[in-house]
Amino acid sequence: MKKLINSPETLLEDALAGMAAAHPGLRVNAGARVITRSSGKSPGKVAVISGGGSGHEPLHGGFVGLGMLDAACPGEVFTSPVPDQVLAAARAADTGAGVLLVVKNYTGDVLNFQVAAELAEDEGITVETVLVNDDVAVEDSTHTAGRRGTGATLFVEKIAGALAEQGADLATVAKTAREVNSASRSFAVALTSCTTPAAGRPGFELPEDEIEVGVGIHGEPGRRRERIRPAKEIVADALDAILTDQPLSADDETIVLVNGLGGTPLLELYVVYNEVATALADRGIRIARRLVGNYVTSLDMAGVSLTLCRADAAMLALWDAPVDTPALHWGG
Amino acid sequence: MDIALARTWVQAIAAAVDAQKDQLTQLDSAIGDADHGANMQRGFVAATAALAEQEPAGPGDVLVKTGSTLISSVGGASGPLYGSVFRAIGKTLAGAGAGSEPAADARRFADALSAGLESLQRLGAAAVGDKTMVDAYVPALEAFQQAAEGAGDGGKAGDFAAAARAAAEAAEEGMRATTPLQARKGRASYLGTRSVGHQDPGATSTALIFRALADVTAAVR
Repeated sequence: MKKLINSPETLLEDALAGMAAAHPGLRVNAGARVITRSSGKSPGKVAVISGGGSGHEPLHGGFVGLGMLDAACPGEVFTSPVPDQVLAAARAADTGAGVLLVVKNYTGDVLNFQVAAELAEDEGITVETVLVNDDVAVEDSTHTAGRRGTGATLFVEKIAGALAEQGADLATVAKTAREVNSASRSFAVALTSCTTPAAGRPGFELPEDEIEVGVGIHGEPGRRRERIRPAKEIVADALDAILTDQPLSADDETIVLVNGLGGTPLLELYVVYNEVATALADRGIRIARRLVGNYVTSLDMAGVSLTLCRADAAMLALWDAPVDTPALHWGG
Repeated sequence: MDIALARTWVQAIAAAVDAQKDQLTQLDSAIGDADHGANMQRGFVAATAALAEQEPAGPGDVLVKTGSTLISSVGGASGPLYGSVFRAIGKTLAGAGAGSEPAADARRFADALSAGLESLQRLGAAAVGDKTMVDAYVPALEAFQQAAEGAGDGGKAGDFAAAARAAAEAAEEGMRATTPLQARKGRASYLGTRSVGHQDPGATSTALIFRALADVTAAVR
C-alpha cells in the first residue's frame, strides 16, 4: 500500500485538520467529528445534514456551505458515522426549524442515522430523513438491502440545500429531496479496485484487460466482469441500464453527472461525457445541466459513474441557485 | 453468569477480535467493504476501556454498557446491530432479578440470548439463510436453549459451560454454512450471485463471540 498518510489510525483526524485549514468557510469540530459552516446558523432556516463513511470526498464535507449542507459528519473510511456524531451535527445546525438528514441507503448508515434521529427527537429536534437509493446495478427487492445511494446524493444535497436556503419549511424540503432521488438513476464501472488503509491491499484484483461492471463506491466487486472496450460501448451499456430502469422521453430535461471514482483522469471523464452527450442527443433527451469531475469518489478507484436526473423547471431553478462550498461554487 | 464472568467474556471477545482482525477484514474484503475487522476491534477496545472505568451493579449492567459503547464507537451496521444485541442481553439479565442482580443461570441466560436475537432481527430484518450474523446466532441460541433445558433447575456452572460449548459449535457450523449462500442483506447483497462461495464476515464474528463465551465458561469450571 502506498498512500500519502502519516498512519492509517490518524488519517481521518489529519484530513479533517487539513480541511479546516484549507477552507475558512468550514468549521471543523475535531472531537465530535462534525463539519459545519463557519458563518453559523441562519435563523429560521431548515438544516440539511448529511454524512457517511470517509473516502468519498468531496462528498460530504466538501458540500457544506451556502446553498447546500449545513453540517456533515464523516465516519471512518467506508464506515457510517456513529449516532453521537449525527446527534452533535443536529444540535449544532438546528435553528428550531428542524433538520433533514440525507442518508445513503446502506444498512450501516440507515441504522446509525435512525438511532441518531430518535435521540434528536428526544431532545425536541424535528427530524425528517431522505434515503438516497439511485444505483440501478443493484437488484431492488423488499427481501434485500435495496439499492445503494451513490451519485444522486449530490443532486439531493444541492437541490434540497437551495430550497432550504430560500426559507422553505422542513416538510417541503424533505418532499423535494425525495422527488429528486426518485427522478435519479446511476450506474458505475471500475477499471481498478481501491485500497482502504485498514486492509492495505485492493478489494479485488482485476487483470489488465478487464473491468468490473455495476460497482458501488466502497471497493466491492460489481455485478459482473467484462473485457475492456471503447468508452462509447461502455457508456452505451451504462445508459441502457439507466434508461431501461427509468425510461425518458424526448421532452425530458436532465441533469447529468459524469463522476470520477477517484483515480480517473479528467481527460477520460470528458471522453465519457462526450459519449453520454452524443448518445442522449441521439435519443432526443436534452441535457439541461451537467457536471464532470470527481464528486462522489471511492478512494483511489479508477472508473466512472453516470447519474441522470429527470429535472422539472423548479428543480433546474434550484440547481441554478447560488452555492458556495469547497467543491461546488456558482451564482450569487 | 456473574459480574466477573461477564467482564471476562467481553475481554475474551476483545482478544479474539484482535487476533482475528485480519481474517475478518479479508472476508469482508471479498464481499463487502473491508472494514469489519477494524470496526470490531475499535468497538471492543472501547468497550473494555469503558468497563474498566465503571463499577457495574451486575452482569446485566456490564453487557448493557458494552452494547452502548459499541453503538457509540463502531459505526457501520455492526455497531448498532451488536450494540443492541448486547444491550438486550444485559437488560434481560438485569431485569430478571430485583435489586442487586444475582448471577444468571443457564436458563436465564438463554432468555437473554433470545432477547438479543429479537433485537437483532428487529433492526436488521434478516432471517436465517440471508448470509448474515443471524445464520450463526440462531443455531447457537437453539443449541444453548436445548442444553440449558437439559440442565434442570438451578443450572450449575458446569451446565452453563456445556450450553456455551454447544452454542459455540452450532455457531461455527452456521458460520461455515454461509459460504454457499447468496447474500440477501448487507453489502454482500449488492454482488448478487457473486456473493456465493465466500464465508460471511458477520456470521464469523458472531461465531467468535460464542466461542469466547465457551472459552471463558470452561475456564471457570
